[in-house]
Amino acid sequence: MPFQTETPAARRPHPPGARGVRVESATRRFGDVTAVEALSLSVAPGEVVAVVGPSGCGKSTLLELVCGLSEPDDGVVEAGPAALMPQRDLLLPWASALDNAALPLRVRGVSKADARAAAAPVFAELGLAGFEGARPSELSGGMRQRVAFLRTLLAGKPVLCLDEPFAALDALSRADMQRWLADALGREPRTVLLVTHDVEEAVVLADRVAVLSPRPGRVVAELPVPLPRPRSVTDRAFVALRERALEALGS
Amino acid sequence: MIALLVVLALLGAWQLYAELGGVDRLILPAPSEIATALVEDRGLLWNNFLVTASEVALGIGAALLLGFACAVALHFWLPLRRATYPLLIGSQAIPIVIVAPLLVVWLGFGMAPKVAIIALICFFPVAVTTLDALGRTDRDTLKLLRTLDATRWSAFRFAEAPAALPAALSGAKIAVAVAVIGAVFAEYAGSSEGLGHLILQSVPQLETARAWAAVVVLAAFAVLLFYALDVAQRRLLPWTRTEGRP
Ligand SMILES: Nc1ncnc2c1ncn2[C@@H]1O[C@H](COP(=O)(O)OP(=O)(O)OP(=O)(O)O)[C@@H](O)[C@H]1O
Ligand SMILES: [Mg+2]
Repeated sequence: MPFQTETPAARRPHPPGARGVRVESATRRFGDVTAVEALSLSVAPGEVVAVVGPSGCGKSTLLELVCGLSEPDDGVVEAGPAALMPQRDLLLPWASALDNAALPLRVRGVSKADARAAAAPVFAELGLAGFEGARPSELSGGMRQRVAFLRTLLAGKPVLCLDEPFAALDALSRADMQRWLADALGREPRTVLLVTHDVEEAVVLADRVAVLSPRPGRVVAELPVPLPRPRSVTDRAFVALRERALEALGS
Repeated sequence: MIALLVVLALLGAWQLYAELGGVDRLILPAPSEIATALVEDRGLLWNNFLVTASEVALGIGAALLLGFACAVALHFWLPLRRATYPLLIGSQAIPIVIVAPLLVVWLGFGMAPKVAIIALICFFPVAVTTLDALGRTDRDTLKLLRTLDATRWSAFRFAEAPAALPAALSGAKIAVAVAVIGAVFAEYAGSSEGLGHLILQSVPQLETARAWAAVVVLAAFAVLLFYALDVAQRRLLPWTRTEGRP
């Protein structure tokens, strides 16, 4: 009965009017494993921060802390209401793709028909038209990620925590999704914490790139990305920034 | 198809053994004699079948209702679960053979004690499989629902209940298989009609073929119920359908 026995951290009081994220020397341990240690990272309201780091360095753990799904053993985590796009897409296998996307509305008490109607336009915009009634098992990995992504957006939270959102997409549709996300954030700004293993993606999307050390994770470099949007991956300044990020990751 | 061949082969072997093995036909009638009894006694069998079938239907209905309700209640309320889980398991340890006559004394010779006994037997597999499955819902899915501000009830409605449905229906399938045995026990304990009663009566009357015919009807009924639930499972749970299974 996990739902009952865990602390209702997701309902912890948010600092009034909070739309940003503040993590201050947070430590999280799992038994003997220290996933993140004395990690500090702030995200201003409306800012997009990409988090890159080696596998197992605590990136997903950081997002769970920000979403209030677990509490730090040490330090402070403060964040506005946050929606999580988990690394595993966690679509409900019995529900159709459209119903999965509309889940946040259904959970809030919106009727089935209204929830579907609200989700359908963006569903089509993400290139999923025609797959409304398909079950997750009938979708490709990339399509499943797009459904999970839409579900995160429809949660309507000011903070988005995206855990490798486009990892399962091929290079072309990944570029499409990145452009789409950048546009969407331009229209309707949100505070975004984007975990990715793709440094290029980080530099394309983020206002700032935070580089984590191997486990236990801590921020070893923060690179501002002062480039105008839309960004071109062949641009000289872009390439220079990407190299700097890769260097910080390798050191 | 292969299942049919196996049944035919077994019947053929039985027929040969009954005819050539020198067994008294009052002890082991040949399949052909049982078939004859099925046809000749069809009125008698049918009337008694209707009695047993309604006992089973009511008993299973009660067990499903109580089993699901109990599982959900125990799932939602941990103290209740702690307090009554041993009782639930104890309900399975009740020796039906001994309790059945007592229930008949208590509830009379009519339908009530039979329904009670069947419900008692079927309750356990339904309640326990459902309760277990409700508690085994994917933790990460429940976490995700928490970030969507799901209430306890929405988490149940959108994740736990659908996730538990396949196991609940499997519990119901087990229940159906034992329900028919339960009905026979219940009728043995005291009754004036039903297939179990017919078997009990036919043996001392040396109508062995008729008794076997009643057994055939009971077995066919159990198989039918099982497959009805199987179809329901496929219809209700298309996402669990696995390719290439019979
Ligand atoms: N629930 C948990 N129980 C025990 N250990 C955990 C748990 N969650 C994470 N860990 C451990 O914490 C460390 C960091 O895990 P985390 O999932 O945050 O890494 P990550 O940076 O997201 O890795 P990846 O890039 O491979 O997704 C790992 O060593 C992992 O084994
Ligand atoms: Mg991860």
